[in-house]
Amino acid sequence: MYVAVKGGEKAIRNAHKLMERDRRGDRSVPALELKQIAEQLYLSVSRVMSEGSLYDVELAALAIKQSRGDLIEAIFLLRAYRTTLPRFGYSEPIDTAAMLVRRRISATYKDLPGGQLLGPTYDYTHRLLNFKLAADGELPESVQAEYDAAEEIPRVTDLLNAEGMMEPDPQVPSDAVVGDLTREPMEFPADRDIRLQNLARGDEGFLLALGYSTQRGFGGSHPFAGEIRFGEVDVDFFVEELGFSVPLGRMSVTECQMINQFQGSTVAPPQFTRGYGLAPGQAERKVMSMALVDRALRCRELGEEAVAPAQDEEFVLSHSDNVQATGFVEHLKLPHYVDFQAELELVRRMRKDWQARQEVEAAQANGPVEEAAQ
Amino acid sequence: MSIDAQPALAPEIKARQAAMALLAEAPEATLQATWEALEPRPTYTVLRQPETGLVMVRGRAGGTGAPFNLCEATVTRCVVALESRETGFGQCLGRSKQKALYAAVFDALLQTEKWNAEIEAKLLQQLRTAQQEQDHQTRREVAATKVDFFTMVRGD
Repeated sequence: MYVAVKGGEKAIRNAHKLMERDRRGDRSVPALELKQIAEQLYLSVSRVMSEGSLYDVELAALAIKQSRGDLIEAIFLLRAYRTTLPRFGYSEPIDTAAMLVRRRISATYKDLPGGQLLGPTYDYTHRLLNFKLAADGELPESVQAEYDAAEEIPRVTDLLNAEGMMEPDPQVPSDAVVGDLTREPMEFPADRDIRLQNLARGDEGFLLALGYSTQRGFGGSHPFAGEIRFGEVDVDFFVEELGFSVPLGRMSVTECQMINQFQGSTVAPPQFTRGYGLAPGQAERKVMSMALVDRALRCRELGEEAVAPAQDEEFVLSHSDNVQATGFVEHLKLPHYVDFQAELELVRRMRKDWQARQEVEAAQANGPVEEAAQ
Repeated sequence: MSIDAQPALAPEIKARQAAMALLAEAPEATLQATWEALEPRPTYTVLRQPETGLVMVRGRAGGTGAPFNLCEATVTRCVVALESRETGFGQCLGRSKQKALYAAVFDALLQTEKWNAEIEAKLLQQLRTAQQEQDHQTRREVAATKVDFFTMVRGD
């Protein structure tokens, strides 16, 4: 049991002031502006929006500034902020096939409609520090090329579907209830809608490690990156009074379709199965990890034996949320003086009992030997 | 309910949606400048005060499957009415109440014969052109990163 303590208000106030001063750092250095964070640290902003589960670039930038770049603290701030706003409702599902694509690659098809579009990526760089940036290097000119305006960029998974080699996306009736973790607590077994929502909010590092574990043989699933795409999609919202959907604007998302060889089971024929990853902003590592874990968690529906941590949905879904995790781990820092006193008493008593038992056992063990010696 | 599951929408609704999309994406400064340049400036009443809240954005499993909740987004919305009784709905991602108000007023004005042509000419065309140019630039930059991988034949 946790017993609260009182007092320390003045120290706490002063500690927070000191924190604010340290956050600002050397005042001869200009303060960060939110625009600078939003424009120049967009991948941090993306992570905070994804795991904070709130799409708002400016708020994410503010949270990063306030938390001194501690992204989990920033995520916590966004989660807390969202509770202060009313919920208007649910959007129409976004259509990622209609995306204004900024990047689109496939590791399974060399030649595919729409082509391989590398876009802005760190792939194929040599990971050498660029010292020009330390001196505020020059901006490279943007290179442009012609494109075919009529060419569509279909999802790779839709291409294989035609052959029947790819499992189709499971459909549900249009009036089916979509689970919402922000409204009801999680229950097990959890359906895929709940699992995907949980993973979309989940900690990137946790999902990365779990995804990696599936590649190393802990629930191996032979994955290929069927497609990764990043760009902007329209968000539409149905307005009751109008009787039609209205556009709210565009939102950046990253999507990953992982394709997995599947040997078939009692319930499904040999085919390619799929794992899915989706996150706001530009978050490629996140959606790849999410797709690997999504596929691993589909073991039950595909008739696979769950033997690895990544396939254990209660383990994965209960530990993916870094706000919950940090709350429980970091609460250990708070005063536990009364609990510890109680534990201290308990351990003292146990030691006394233990010592007494040792003495009795020693006496018993020595007894017959002494008799024998006589 | 998804858009494609609905019966085909009337052309005037489609046009209204297209205008709303432009207004939602418009820079607030452009809306403000257009509003301030209107002569005489129309009067309106606010039916629903600009309010910021959350919309839970949905995706689909695998891109085309069952819907799931991805994350929330901040949205600001507002409803106004003109003296001639047309109502205007303004809504956009983000937290700008002023922008939602402008969007609602322009949505209302676009439904009037008096203002439609003028707003179309002074605002929507400009927004449409700016967005097309921006998208064109994006697509040209991305097209420059299009690759043709070729696989190496082993053992040659």
